[in-house]
Amino acid sequence: MQYVITAENLTKTYGDVTAVDGISFSVPAGEAFGLLGPNGAGKSTTMKMIGGVSQRTSGSLSIMGLDPESHGPEVRAHLGVVPQQDNLDEELRVRDNLLVYGRYFGLPMSYLRPKADELLEFAQLTDKAKSKVDALSGGMKRRLTIARSLINEPRILLLDEPTTGLDPQARHILWDRLFRLKEQGVTLILTTHYMDEAEQLCDRLIVVDKGRIMAEGSPASLIREYSTREVLELRFGSERNATIGAELEGIGERLETLPDRVLIYAHDGEAALEQVSARGLRPVTSLVRRSSLEDVFLRLTGRSLVD
Amino acid sequence: MTEQPSPSVADAGGRGPSVLRAHSPAVSAARARRWGAFYYAEQVLRVMKSYGWTIVMYGVGQPVAYLFAMGVGLATLVDTSSEGVFGGVSYLAFIAPALLISAAVMTAANEFTFPVMDGFKWRRVYYGPHASPLTPEQIAAGHIMAVTLRFLLQSAIYFAVVALFGASPSGWGWVSVLVATLAGLSFGLPLMAYAASIKEDKGQFAMVMRFIVTPLFLFSGTFFPLDSLPLVVRWIGWISPIWHGTELGRVFSYGYDESPLLTMLHIVFLVGLAVAGWLLTKRQFVRRLGQ
Repeated sequence: MQYVITAENLTKTYGDVTAVDGISFSVPAGEAFGLLGPNGAGKSTTMKMIGGVSQRTSGSLSIMGLDPESHGPEVRAHLGVVPQQDNLDEELRVRDNLLVYGRYFGLPMSYLRPKADELLEFAQLTDKAKSKVDALSGGMKRRLTIARSLINEPRILLLDEPTTGLDPQARHILWDRLFRLKEQGVTLILTTHYMDEAEQLCDRLIVVDKGRIMAEGSPASLIREYSTREVLELRFGSERNATIGAELEGIGERLETLPDRVLIYAHDGEAALEQVSARGLRPVTSLVRRSSLEDVFLRLTGRSLVD
Repeated sequence: MTEQPSPSVADAGGRGPSVLRAHSPAVSAARARRWGAFYYAEQVLRVMKSYGWTIVMYGVGQPVAYLFAMGVGLATLVDTSSEGVFGGVSYLAFIAPALLISAAVMTAANEFTFPVMDGFKWRRVYYGPHASPLTPEQIAAGHIMAVTLRFLLQSAIYFAVVALFGASPSGWGWVSVLVATLAGLSFGLPLMAYAASIKEDKGQFAMVMRFIVTPLFLFSGTFFPLDSLPLVVRWIGWISPIWHGTELGRVFSYGYDESPLLTMLHIVFLVGLAVAGWLLTKRQFVRRLGQ
């Protein structure tokens, strides 16, 4: 298989702090590859190293066969980058942001003018072309940042927490745009701490915690491997949640007690709920749902993803 | 270059392959390696254009105001009571090069402080180009090139006004435009290195204005010859890019009589400070953006 990104034993330390602790992964062309983990897991640091803007401490890294340390400009010329924090030129107008960015790649105006219009259309910002950037909503700024990252027609797009801080509708519009890019064969590398985003967008992902890879696979295979098909969520009220464990012993395959609820991992959630009722236990609320990546993360780290 | 389609040919949703084609990443990288600093300078100039009128008004208004107040108003008192003190020229001719140099230094104090902080911290504008093929050195150099262009434009306007006032008797007066630009860089680049090192804004730039720029402006032989000051404060002039620039400007604009050795010293001092400032700035940009 042809890999566009290969990382081996990638490590980054800041003083005494090890942000990325020897991670290895490879991404084939056209894949949507995710880094899932809580804040501070080392996702953004990994992205910066892939993006050729932060030097690794040790390990090896290759992007399109090039080492970003010795071939920074060449590597970056291949990429489109959507950073975690928007860094648009607020003093320039929307369309000018695209033109100026294209110039950094040495692209001529004869290409950039029609391309900017095409990308504004793609980002659904055509009627905002002449607006000042600070007049845009958060979702629009995000879409403009994505449009900007596409100005050089990159085959690899790096997205660091692309939908953090957006409302649900804005997120769905963004996901739709990312799907279209994926359909065009663009390799997507994205970090997120949203399970639904990872499940929606990623073909394959690594779960990262404290700078290390905890697990790797497709969302479905990770769920199969680390969780049951269904989860029964029970709430007994904050005081009883902690003590009820013993009384639930034996129901389902695994039990997880959280401060606000008890999770019973079972192949058949409804059947587990019947067993709970049969023992005379009356939860305040109960819910049967499919397992998600959140459960995988909980299983792997004993912590939930979003604090 | 392939033929360009009209925007309407491109599929509205961006689904289909577009007829437009960007050149290859290898070409992007090669161009950026060669012209990157110019590409970033272009960005800074576009931003400056959005407050272009302020720049032009400041460029014209400031010299007119100062030359009237000092060179015409104050001069009526000074000229009658101080014959010979200013090397045989009018007070207006004496202070004109000083005002020209000082204006460039003031501009440097603005362009190399807040915009740098904006680049790293507030709106993080340096981080956009940093993700492109441009290097940190090129981003720093592009910023400097754009501001240098502003120094040149502003000083040229200033000099034109000075010439209209008849305050530049020598035919070499125009060289003081270049001297002002050099003085702006020699003061501005060390300041830029400092601005690039600031992580937290605690009003440092206001302190720079109050305790560095203002004293330098007042004690650099701007309004009176430096040697009329007591030795205790004369050293301020010696280490001041404004003094070195001003003396140099006077040599060109009215043939101020000083030893050629001293003239050389002014040039070496200004160039040396600018080069040192550039090296420090470059190091700071590489270090901070590469984190």
